[in-house]
Amino acid sequence: MSGNWETKYSMTPLDRKLVRDLWRMKGQAIAISVVIALGVMLLIMMDGLVNSLEETKQAYYQRYRLADIFAPVKRAPDHLLAEIARIPGVSSVEGRVNGSALINLPEIKTPLRAQTVSQPDIGTPRLNDIYLAAGRRINPNHKNEILLLEGFAKVHGLEPGDKLSATMNGSRRSFQIVGLAQSPEFLFSAPPGEFMPDDARFAVIWMSKSALAATYDMNGAFNEALLSVSRGSKLSEILARVDRILSSSGGIGAYALRDHTSNRFIQEEINGLKLSSRGVPPLFLTVAAFLLNIVVSRMLQSEREQIGLLKAFGYSSFEIGVHYFKFIQTIAIGGALLGCILGILSGRSLLVVYQTYYKFPFLLFQVDSATFLIGIVISVLSASAGGIFVLRQVFALTPATAMRPPAPADYSHSANLNNSLKFLLDQPTRMVIRQLTRQPLRAVGAIVGISAGMALSVGMLSVLSSFDRTLDLNFNIIDRSDLTVSFNNTLSDKILFELKSIDGVIEVEPFRNVAAIMRNGFEVYRGGVNGLVELPRLNRAVDKNLESIRITNGGIILGAGLAKTLNIKTNDILTVDVREGRRPLLHVPVVGVAETLIGSPAYMHLSTLNRSLGEPGRISGAHLRIDSSKSPAIYKTIKNLPSVAGVSVKKQAREAFKKIIDSGAGAIRYIMAAIAGIITFGIVYNSARIAFAERARDLASLRVIGFTKNETAFVLLAELAIITLISLPVGSILGYYLSFAISRGFSTDLYQIPAIFSPQNFGFATIAVLAAAAVSGWLVKRDISTIDLVSSLKTRE
Amino acid sequence: MSASTTKTKNAFTTSGLTKTYGSGETAVHALRGVDLELPAGELVVLLGASGSGKSTLLNILGGLDHASEGSAHFFDEELTSMSDHQLTLYRRHQVGFVFQFYNLMPSLTALENVELVTEISNDPLDPGEALKLVGLEDRANHFPAQLSGGEQQRVAIARAVAKRPTVLFCDEPTGALDSKTGRTVLGVLQDVNINLGTTVLIITHAAATADMADRTIHFSDGGIRKVIINKSKLSAEQIEW
Repeated sequence: MSGNWETKYSMTPLDRKLVRDLWRMKGQAIAISVVIALGVMLLIMMDGLVNSLEETKQAYYQRYRLADIFAPVKRAPDHLLAEIARIPGVSSVEGRVNGSALINLPEIKTPLRAQTVSQPDIGTPRLNDIYLAAGRRINPNHKNEILLLEGFAKVHGLEPGDKLSATMNGSRRSFQIVGLAQSPEFLFSAPPGEFMPDDARFAVIWMSKSALAATYDMNGAFNEALLSVSRGSKLSEILARVDRILSSSGGIGAYALRDHTSNRFIQEEINGLKLSSRGVPPLFLTVAAFLLNIVVSRMLQSEREQIGLLKAFGYSSFEIGVHYFKFIQTIAIGGALLGCILGILSGRSLLVVYQTYYKFPFLLFQVDSATFLIGIVISVLSASAGGIFVLRQVFALTPATAMRPPAPADYSHSANLNNSLKFLLDQPTRMVIRQLTRQPLRAVGAIVGISAGMALSVGMLSVLSSFDRTLDLNFNIIDRSDLTVSFNNTLSDKILFELKSIDGVIEVEPFRNVAAIMRNGFEVYRGGVNGLVELPRLNRAVDKNLESIRITNGGIILGAGLAKTLNIKTNDILTVDVREGRRPLLHVPVVGVAETLIGSPAYMHLSTLNRSLGEPGRISGAHLRIDSSKSPAIYKTIKNLPSVAGVSVKKQAREAFKKIIDSGAGAIRYIMAAIAGIITFGIVYNSARIAFAERARDLASLRVIGFTKNETAFVLLAELAIITLISLPVGSILGYYLSFAISRGFSTDLYQIPAIFSPQNFGFATIAVLAAAAVSGWLVKRDISTIDLVSSLKTRE
Repeated sequence: MSASTTKTKNAFTTSGLTKTYGSGETAVHALRGVDLELPAGELVVLLGASGSGKSTLLNILGGLDHASEGSAHFFDEELTSMSDHQLTLYRRHQVGFVFQFYNLMPSLTALENVELVTEISNDPLDPGEALKLVGLEDRANHFPAQLSGGEQQRVAIARAVAKRPTVLFCDEPTGALDSKTGRTVLGVLQDVNINLGTTVLIITHAAATADMADRTIHFSDGGIRKVIINKSKLSAEQIEW
């Protein structure tokens, strides 16, 4: 009975050999497993993030009934809502009042901006409902009750029951916070005109429609219509009909959810993750396959006697093949499982980072079970691809040949060193060169692998420095103001005198923003046109050489990203459908392309824009340069100006941007750069180990003949050095092109990621590769020093 | 260090030479206090069963291994007190090695394998001359893979003698060869001993080799059992294999 049990459950001798082989080669096995694990980790992590963000987003949108269409309008009477509801395909309609407010917190000197959003007086909103995080909903009978955006409340320590002072439409009022809320339309909420969320400086205030309508003179009217549409209905048709209905009331242009800023930010993030999850993991798995190939190949070579013996005993080639196949798969599956665990852990921690700028009320890291399967299967497949060609050797060996010592490796077809070259090279150098040229594929494989690792490093570092570049271009070169003031409605440019008269204000520069739809053939962009003075000094349009572009009378200047989106170039005519004022349809030549990395600006001369609107001398805000020592007094004065809707302090915007780069978005890129370093180390270390194992006997012979440790190490390490040195330029070139691919992949019309070629990036990546090579070389050189001269010479091989 | 090979001087002198691997109950005593004098210029054969200690002695005398106790002198120099670096220089300038499995560099031609040694030696033979000595001048540009086992071993001998070593150590030099080839290789070793005056130490299992030696040392259990001095040496061709 017990004998049966043993034969049934104890390991076969070959399996015991497998376990011991793995233990003996644990260093290399672990190195390869880790490379596989990193690939699978990235796959699981990024796929899981995509899955979690997408699923949660969908669930959040659905549960809180986020609208399919948003139709902002100047002021439309409520009865138009019924007309909109009659459009075929529209399933529900909600009219609401939006506005802007300045929040006055006693301890904060700068004015804080808020968006105000109405809640229906009866019941909950049909569309764009809120998630109540704390407290209760508003009682519409109490006009001073509000809900406050949870993120803002938390930063400033505000809770339900607290009072809040805010200036709306010029009058300061005190409100009672009754609850804290979040909403799917503010999933990603940056202060107006900025591109990075900052909980501390942007709030949303929800209050009853009647209270808000009274404040903004919107009784019986709305300034935004929200629509949901039934499945299968044609969005473009509905959008056009909504625009027709609202046109007489100052409709700015209805747009679909996919163009909603918050939705677009998260969608771009998801798309970027998808792209990375398809592109990066295969690189790791290819490298792992290459490493497995050389490791197993080396293993079979050194075990040919054992293979011959097994065959002599009657084991079939297949059985022996399976044995080595198991060895490969243990490493692959071990790595894949480790990768799954690491993927879940890193995905979970990244999700926490995501939650700091994408405000989900609930966010669970969920990986599709198919992804685990895919991760394991592609690990097994790529490892098999690495091993299977080598396993052919097992089948080719006959017991007799396997039992004889192999003939010395044949170098007669390697580098044919001609006599002049021979004259220059000593014997050890010839050994190095012949070794490299005898197995050129292996050398090329190592070079490609190291170069790919380095390229990944260069590419990721380029993305990192592109953020700094964005920061610099946007906040130092383009925007040279200290403050930007925006008004509730357009004002006469006489306000400039008032602003300029404030003590401490050095320079004032007006601007006007109008909503517009730009068209070039089939390319359409929904955005705005920025009216600027002829030669702006505080907020400029700059060309490629970062020189100011003069805003001429008769044309339009487009941001580089926008020009690309519209597929338009200088001197082409752009159609600008202005959605404000008397809604002129302009055909203007593109007179320049401006360098910009954030947003999609379009610049026109202020007076030309105003003339086309028939509204001369109107402005919607101003950029200010101030004496920083007087800023508290200036903030206070501006906060109290009745017409001011918002003030943006550049320094704070820059800090918010930098914080996000350093903590959130930057994190994943740092991880990638570190991983690129690991891949380089994995390849260099494994190559060095194998080269050492293969040549241990030659190296021992050299020591015996009388070569010193350093002279002996040269033979081994010079080969490694040559491979590394060739990899550096190859990796730099690959990295150069990879930077372009990455920047193209990640750039959207919301923001552009430039490909940056700073010498530091290449230097950093070079140092990373050299450091990895040096550490590998040092580890192997240690082994040369402890090489057992006697036993190495006894081993016949 | 004098490379003179005056017959009156001893190339090697050992006293109480002991080598122990491991410690306690598992200790293996490879050499148990060997006292030996080997005159310079002789061809010496070391015989004995596996594990009798002959290879251990050769490794210590060749500067490949350290003794546990006792002393070993190469002429007036004490090998047992040398540092690793001094031993490297000792091997580089005084010693040639020939092994059972040739240990040639597969990536270098026959000539280049010899040059590998002449490059780092003070007063070497011409590499071509060294190959001529072993009768392989025609195979100079062949890689090891293109040579037979006997040819490879002769290249190894040429490589070993090219530096004009004071002493040549051979560990089973004919172990992997057939009798005809083995005899040729032994002939080369004998020529080196006679023509260059090199002291040659050969470890072998083939007892007949003793017939061509000046001195035969029999090993067992880590010690010398007997030393036979041969007054009527045979040439390598005359040996009964």
